[in-house]
Amino acid sequence: MTKNKKTTNILIVGTGGQGVVLASEILSYVAVESGFDAKKSEIHGMSQRGGVVSSHVRFGNKVASPTIMAGDADILLSFELAEAVRWLPYLAPGGKAAVSNQRIVPPIVTMGAADYPGNPEKLIIEQARDAVITDAQKIAGDLGNTKLVNTIMLGVISNYLNLPKENWKKVISGAVPQKFRDLNLVAFEKGCELG
Amino acid sequence: MKKLLSGNEAVALGAFESGVKVASAYPGTPSTEIMENFARYEGVYAEWAPNEKVAMEVVVGSSMAGVRALTSLKHVGLNVAADPLMTLTYIGIKGGLVIACADDPGMHSSQNEQDNRFYARFAQIPMFEPCDSQEARDMMPLAYEVSEKFDTPVLMRLTTRISHSKGVVDTSDSKVSDTSERYGFESDLKKFVMIPAHARARHPKLLEREQALQKISEKSDLNFIEWADRSVGVITSGISYQYVKEVLPDVSILKLGFTYPLPEQKIRDFAKQVTKLFVVEELEPYLEAKLREYGIEVAGKKFFSRIGELSPESVGKGFEKAGVLTEKLPSLRPLSADVQMPRPPLMCAACPHRGLYFALNKLKAIVHGDIGCYTLSVMPPLKSIETCLCMGASISMAHGMAKAKAAAGIDDQRPIFATIGDSTFFHSGINSLTDVVFNQSNVNVVILDNRITAMTGAQVNPGSGVTLQGEPTAAIDLEKLVRSLGVERVRALDPYDIKGTIEILKEEAAIEGPSVMISRGPCVQMTKANLNPVHQVNETDCIGCTLCLRLGCPAISQGDVISNKDGKKPIHYACIDPVLCRGCTMCAQVCKSKAISVKSSYPKE
Repeated sequence: MTKNKKTTNILIVGTGGQGVVLASEILSYVAVESGFDAKKSEIHGMSQRGGVVSSHVRFGNKVASPTIMAGDADILLSFELAEAVRWLPYLAPGGKAAVSNQRIVPPIVTMGAADYPGNPEKLIIEQARDAVITDAQKIAGDLGNTKLVNTIMLGVISNYLNLPKENWKKVISGAVPQKFRDLNLVAFEKGCELG
Repeated sequence: MKKLLSGNEAVALGAFESGVKVASAYPGTPSTEIMENFARYEGVYAEWAPNEKVAMEVVVGSSMAGVRALTSLKHVGLNVAADPLMTLTYIGIKGGLVIACADDPGMHSSQNEQDNRFYARFAQIPMFEPCDSQEARDMMPLAYEVSEKFDTPVLMRLTTRISHSKGVVDTSDSKVSDTSERYGFESDLKKFVMIPAHARARHPKLLEREQALQKISEKSDLNFIEWADRSVGVITSGISYQYVKEVLPDVSILKLGFTYPLPEQKIRDFAKQVTKLFVVEELEPYLEAKLREYGIEVAGKKFFSRIGELSPESVGKGFEKAGVLTEKLPSLRPLSADVQMPRPPLMCAACPHRGLYFALNKLKAIVHGDIGCYTLSVMPPLKSIETCLCMGASISMAHGMAKAKAAAGIDDQRPIFATIGDSTFFHSGINSLTDVVFNQSNVNVVILDNRITAMTGAQVNPGSGVTLQGEPTAAIDLEKLVRSLGVERVRALDPYDIKGTIEILKEEAAIEGPSVMISRGPCVQMTKANLNPVHQVNETDCIGCTLCLRLGCPAISQGDVISNKDGKKPIHYACIDPVLCRGCTMCAQVCKSKAISVKSSYPKE
């Protein structure tokens, strides 16, 4: 990180079923593999049913709180546009945002009881000027599996983190089923190129 | 070896290493993963019990046989198990016994945020509070030692942020304790049979035990001081310790891990040596009140809320207000007004509960709810249930309301329904139904039988036909069970048949006296294949009436605007997401324009 801080904070957000928890698990293990202390925290339970999911990952020499202080996230990784906007206040000054531009419109909007943010891309850029907003779903689809979105996005944020690339590849290889291993490594590389 | 473990995984590991052989629990967020993980170890017995009281009694029996045992539960689960606990504290143990209890400050997945530290004081049993996964694992063997040395169950008190946060755990010293010298049951009537004469003799022993434990707490390494700047001293425990370390890394801290009985002398000594003293604790002023009782001047709840979870930011703000925080807290970026959009949790696409509550909504009825995924039916558009209290209460509340209507002569023609999941029915709804039968009330009970405990993440229950280990076992037949209780009107219904369901509900509502309907539909999270082929909206027939949207299905949304309509508001076609749709057919059933049908070619598969 550019800032000389004791702990690096990454907030990973999305909606239930998008793989937020698995992505944060992989990141935490990469940090541990790289010799850091790491903690991660998220809420299980009701949120799994299509609700908001957020996972806090922190690593450094010694991590105290498992959650990130609001306004102190170095990186915001979002798998959904409106969720990126929702969690932007967590981002520290100069923090990086990486966003998959998927839109998941909740039924409350289709029923007319709420509105989906008007121009989320613009709102993200206003708060995080060099945000990477990417059509990770399309890239994943072109690679042959839409589930690769998470690995692509981890590739994007790997550029902002001082964690050796070989550790990323090692942890990703161990975390995905063997038959998808090579494809995930390709997806990770693809993500690295986007950052 | 270093592993990244959640607090729950760490408790399970610590239990295994302590030589625990038997564990029993009822699932409950945030405690569920303790039992799920413990069950995976070799050479142990673990089970899902029908409720927390049963689970507690199971492990008491195991302990009486000299075997180390574990029960895990969520905070409100300990209310259910409070009956055995309050006498178990008199009886004590033979094999070590730990109760791992996970509180849920902030109510992420609970109906209240009670502070279970008071249970330790109430039952006069020792309490340990870990502050991370490493401590959670390391405290378990100590808890079992204390349990056996002092003839007492031990409360291991966790909170959501301990249970569900992962941290690095060094397991290089891992070994499994051999506790076989305690094995075997020996008769000891004055200890194990709590008749008044025996209990009277046990009560003074309990007070003696408490005094002895107090001395142990005084010396325990679990209560340690980190000396630094002595102008500010903080007494804290559990997750709050981490938040204090985060915002005030340079103050003196008395970190308590053995929190009942409290180390009075250690607290007094610490208090004397610091200028300003604070207590940082989540929820109730449990520590603070005790300090005041000691006559120590302290600030706590004045700066740190009694409501909800603490966080690094709230602890930071508290210290800012108290004037001891020198560094400025990070300032928040403005939250865009555009993101006021809530994203409430939803019943899954093709969830069988949807059909039942959609049908109930068509009846002008008073519907009582219970604890499970189906509590989500309180949200629009299903908006069906009127009440939700605790496990099993739907049936008893319905009974009480029916009796009140009759006794007070309230003129209300609305039929009274209770809706309860199968697991919740086995938990304690069965007792409530016994009351309905015994005292005959005009109550219609619907058991939502999806064969699993869904909300906590799909744990088996007595109706599932498999054990925690995945072994086949007897599946309790709900229909036979309910009939044997004496309910005469018992019938099954298919919640995927909306018209049929409405008819059955209406018929039963019209008949005086108790009736039970079993709404059969397995949890869709458990079934891989689609129920039927994926459906689609035929745009030539769709008139944009939004009837299908009233199912609140996550797969259905509004699509393009229908052009040739001259209404003032734009009318949209309905649109079905082929990835989310599982082919439950409910939308096709409610569509009056017959615009929804099987998709001609579906991308899934």
